[in-house]
Amino acid sequence: MQKTYYDPADLKKFSKISDWNEELGEKFFDYYGKVFEAGALSEREKSLIALAVSHTVQCPYCIDAYTGDALQRGITKEEMMEALHVSAAIRGGASLVHGVQMMNKVNKLEM
Amino acid sequence: MTQKSLHKRNNKLAQSREQLDFLANGIFKNGELPTFKTKLAETGIKELTANTLEILQINVGYMCNQVCEHCHVDAGPDRKEIMTRETMQQCLEVIKTTKAHTLDLTGGAPEMNPNFRWFVEEAAKAGIKDFIVRSNLTIIRANKKYHDLPNFFKKHNIHVVSSMPHWTQGKTDKQRGKGVFSQSIQALKDLNAVGYGIPGSDLRLDLVYNPSGAFLPANQSAMEKDFKHALLDDFDIHFHQLFAITNLPISRFLDYLIASENYEDYMYALVEAYNPQAAKSVMCTNTLSVSWDGFLYDCDFNQMLELPVNSKIKHISDYNENVLSGRQIVTSQHCYGCTAGAGSSCQGNVA
Repeated sequence: MQKTYYDPADLKKFSKISDWNEELGEKFFDYYGKVFEAGALSEREKSLIALAVSHTVQCPYCIDAYTGDALQRGITKEEMMEALHVSAAIRGGASLVHGVQMMNKVNKLEM
Repeated sequence: MTQKSLHKRNNKLAQSREQLDFLANGIFKNGELPTFKTKLAETGIKELTANTLEILQINVGYMCNQVCEHCHVDAGPDRKEIMTRETMQQCLEVIKTTKAHTLDLTGGAPEMNPNFRWFVEEAAKAGIKDFIVRSNLTIIRANKKYHDLPNFFKKHNIHVVSSMPHWTQGKTDKQRGKGVFSQSIQALKDLNAVGYGIPGSDLRLDLVYNPSGAFLPANQSAMEKDFKHALLDDFDIHFHQLFAITNLPISRFLDYLIASENYEDYMYALVEAYNPQAAKSVMCTNTLSVSWDGFLYDCDFNQMLELPVNSKIKHISDYNENVLSGRQIVTSQHCYGCTAGAGSSCQGNVA
């Protein structure tokens, strides 16, 4: 057993997930591949969404993969950081908007 | 930003032997990654063989006004290797007899060769169909004596292929040097002004995109769309096609990969992206590269690694198309750069 939970080399082994359940693994990777194909959104736009979501779910593998993917697509540092702030704003906003619930409760309980 | 060539800095990677040793050892020696030959064999390709010659690529010298971080030639102002008129004359004799349809002039900055214009004029008379000059763009703005290059190119209907790593200043200047972006934009405007790159124009202007770091280029047509959109919106600049070219792990780019500890990951990425379709149509199968001193190589990269053609004909003065055709291409691990993804050649994607 490795001594740390994350090893960058493990990212290359992602496809091995299928070894223990070929049917579901293949279905997942087919779906994954299809999701990132150009459609109503361009591959570039999807790459930026993936980068932002990677940070929201705090997945080191995803951050590694989609930072590289963004660079490959010619996406600039400025675009990448703006996408991250969208992710951070939603994440922060998600906490803060619950403040309304807190305020409602306080207003209900206080005389 | 790099200021001097590896040669000038006496960096050991300036020696091609050092580069070839590096590429043959480590992860390729211990079997972690398959060598290029093994990979070819795994995909049913016994060896790469030269077919009919279509493109004659002549490197007229390693001198350049720029010192780009990723340069596979290790070119720069301090490189003095320049093709003489005598060697050019030998090339012209070949141009007159060969059935190759494309003459591709590269360097360094080919325009810096003092006999460049004479050579172009003589070669034009020989009636080559597609006549390419690989221009770094900034040379057009570097000195007054080069300002009329767009008109000179136009006069001889030269197909201009220019490097442009990104449509933003930051990324471009980081790879190619401070001020390169704005000079390149001005040069593109100069080329557009005489008709180069305009939609429908016969004066072809194509751009070459090299990634500015340890990553592979994305889909060529998607990149072309982004480049066109940005250059037109921001600068009112037109061009025809974008060629996405993968950086090969040799010379200054290899030095960068090693120094930044990206070498192994980059080689993994190249091997992972190996595409047998691209391998079947790599440019060395229809191209011959001539060095500044007249020696023959399968490609410009092999020229820099000093890997001569596998033929008894080694020099342009002894050129014989029949003997050279069918020769086995000389390969090493750097060749993975041309077989990654959709493939990469000086003429753009191959698969």
